[in-house]
Amino acid sequence: MRMIKALTAIAAMILIAACSNDQQAAAPATTTVTPGSVADFRQNVGDRVFFDTDQSTIREDGRQTLNRQAEWLKKYGNYQVTVEGHCDERGTREYNLALGERRANAARQYLVAQGIPAARIKTISYGKERPDPVGSDEAAWARNRRAVTALQ
Amino acid sequence: MMLPRRQTILGGVALAAGAAAPAHAQLTIDMTKPSFEPVPIAIVDFKGDKVGADIAGVVRNDLQNSGLFRSIAPSAFIQQNMDPNQPPRFPDWRSVGAAGVVVGQVTQAGGNIKVDFRLWDVVVGQQATGLSFTSQPDKWRRLAHIIADAIYKRVTGEEGYFDTRVAYVAESGPLGSRVKRIAIMDQDGFNTRYITDGKTIALTPRFSPTLQEIVYMAYGENNAPPRVYLQNVESNRRELLGNFPGMSFAPRFSPDGTKVVMSISADGNTDIYEMDLRGRALRRLTSGPAIDTSPCYSNDGSQIVFNSDRGGTQQLYVMGAGGGGERRISFGTGRYATPVWSPRGDFVAFTKISGDGFGIGVMRSDGSGERMLANGFLVEGPTWAPNGRVLAFFRQQPNSGGRAGSVTLHQIDITGRFERQMPTQGDASDPAWSPLIPQ
Repeated sequence: MRMIKALTAIAAMILIAACSNDQQAAAPATTTVTPGSVADFRQNVGDRVFFDTDQSTIREDGRQTLNRQAEWLKKYGNYQVTVEGHCDERGTREYNLALGERRANAARQYLVAQGIPAARIKTISYGKERPDPVGSDEAAWARNRRAVTALQ
Repeated sequence: MMLPRRQTILGGVALAAGAAAPAHAQLTIDMTKPSFEPVPIAIVDFKGDKVGADIAGVVRNDLQNSGLFRSIAPSAFIQQNMDPNQPPRFPDWRSVGAAGVVVGQVTQAGGNIKVDFRLWDVVVGQQATGLSFTSQPDKWRRLAHIIADAIYKRVTGEEGYFDTRVAYVAESGPLGSRVKRIAIMDQDGFNTRYITDGKTIALTPRFSPTLQEIVYMAYGENNAPPRVYLQNVESNRRELLGNFPGMSFAPRFSPDGTKVVMSISADGNTDIYEMDLRGRALRRLTSGPAIDTSPCYSNDGSQIVFNSDRGGTQQLYVMGAGGGGERRISFGTGRYATPVWSPRGDFVAFTKISGDGFGIGVMRSDGSGERMLANGFLVEGPTWAPNGRVLAFFRQQPNSGGRAGSVTLHQIDITGRFERQMPTQGDASDPAWSPLIPQ
């Protein structure tokens, strides 16, 4: 009896793992959000790009995300945006404010280069003051070194 | 009976008596030695008013927390019901191991309280110092800190730091939407008050030399970028220092209080500027594509130490107070940040980030003599006590399971000994130690 319970638990875990994999792979296509909405932008375009430690260079994966953002923003010209620059917690507070500003500005420059008017894009740095996700490991830090394009 | 405050008779006298008394029981401390024993001291409840026991308690706490004194528990005292105007029975105090004994008296004086105290050198059997103070009754904690400072100075030869305040960032709530507001407390954790409302994030408070004002950085409402504010801590009236299009942050007063140095960002680039508070004139001190931030004046106001990544990684640089003559002073392994010049001018304290984690250290202003004092997962933001031999900083514990690790203020002696957590109401970061409160 005990053995059966354990097996069931394992089976459930495998099922959950499979589901999350499927979701990741299919995320851009299968959602049913209103085109042109904030949710559409977040889920189908991607609102954030990530940076290497102490760097503000836009990586290849970031360029793809920003290209999609630029296309979307051209299609939905009613939005103003603020690019928020963030850092992981492994730096000092003041330096990270400056580094976050650099990251926000790098993403903004990229969007401007793709044809988005500079006047549509503001920047703000949050340094390490607004972590997302909250965590103190490499995976969390990698997600925190980010520039987030917020729609207004 | 009363010795002049600056007289250093005690050193010579105690040395002569040292042959007869055990060395550890001297009422002096040589802090230049690599190791020294805390001075055992007995502080008797002050007589004359019930606040006398409270005053003695504050003095005990201050001296004990410095690490340089060991406060002998009153339950061990042999002599009871002492007359504060008569010499103590020295053999009684020698037998409890005291090197010094402090007695005092509180008297009412026309709506004020008058507090007399005497520090007796038990080893040589003489009064070491004796002073009298008068204040409003509700200022008794300050009086106690001033008395503790006088005892500290008489025994160590250094200025005290107990009659001071600490400003800090009080943190509350989940990290993703953390409330961060500026608080000010006495250095022993009492009399906390909040001087920003927490509606937007406020960071990096720093005192003016008179303690009347602080500068700090706060975000604006509706995603407005952070700016530097000057706020009177009595009236709470605050004013914006310069309305720049980008972020302005990392402010610090000049030692004479007439200027504020800060960082301003434009198009992603951050440089250092100086604002003259008398005419609000702004002067640019650094340029170029590097991040130049965390500026701090030297104690004499002639130089500024700051951190910059112009060489590829974050390092410490010194320049003239008007800009120019920039030279790198940090050359160890790792990144260096948040330099703060000692009020004595002898050291620059800093945060160091290396493969091992974070550390708080000191070096001379030419970069020599680097020494680490404290290490941890995340330690940051050193600030000097006004005597330049004690530092405060903050420690953050790792976050786990989506929950924030604790953030706490700590103080440590410049020798790297006697680290202790400073009491705060909740999580706290970014300490700023005030100068001595003007008397």
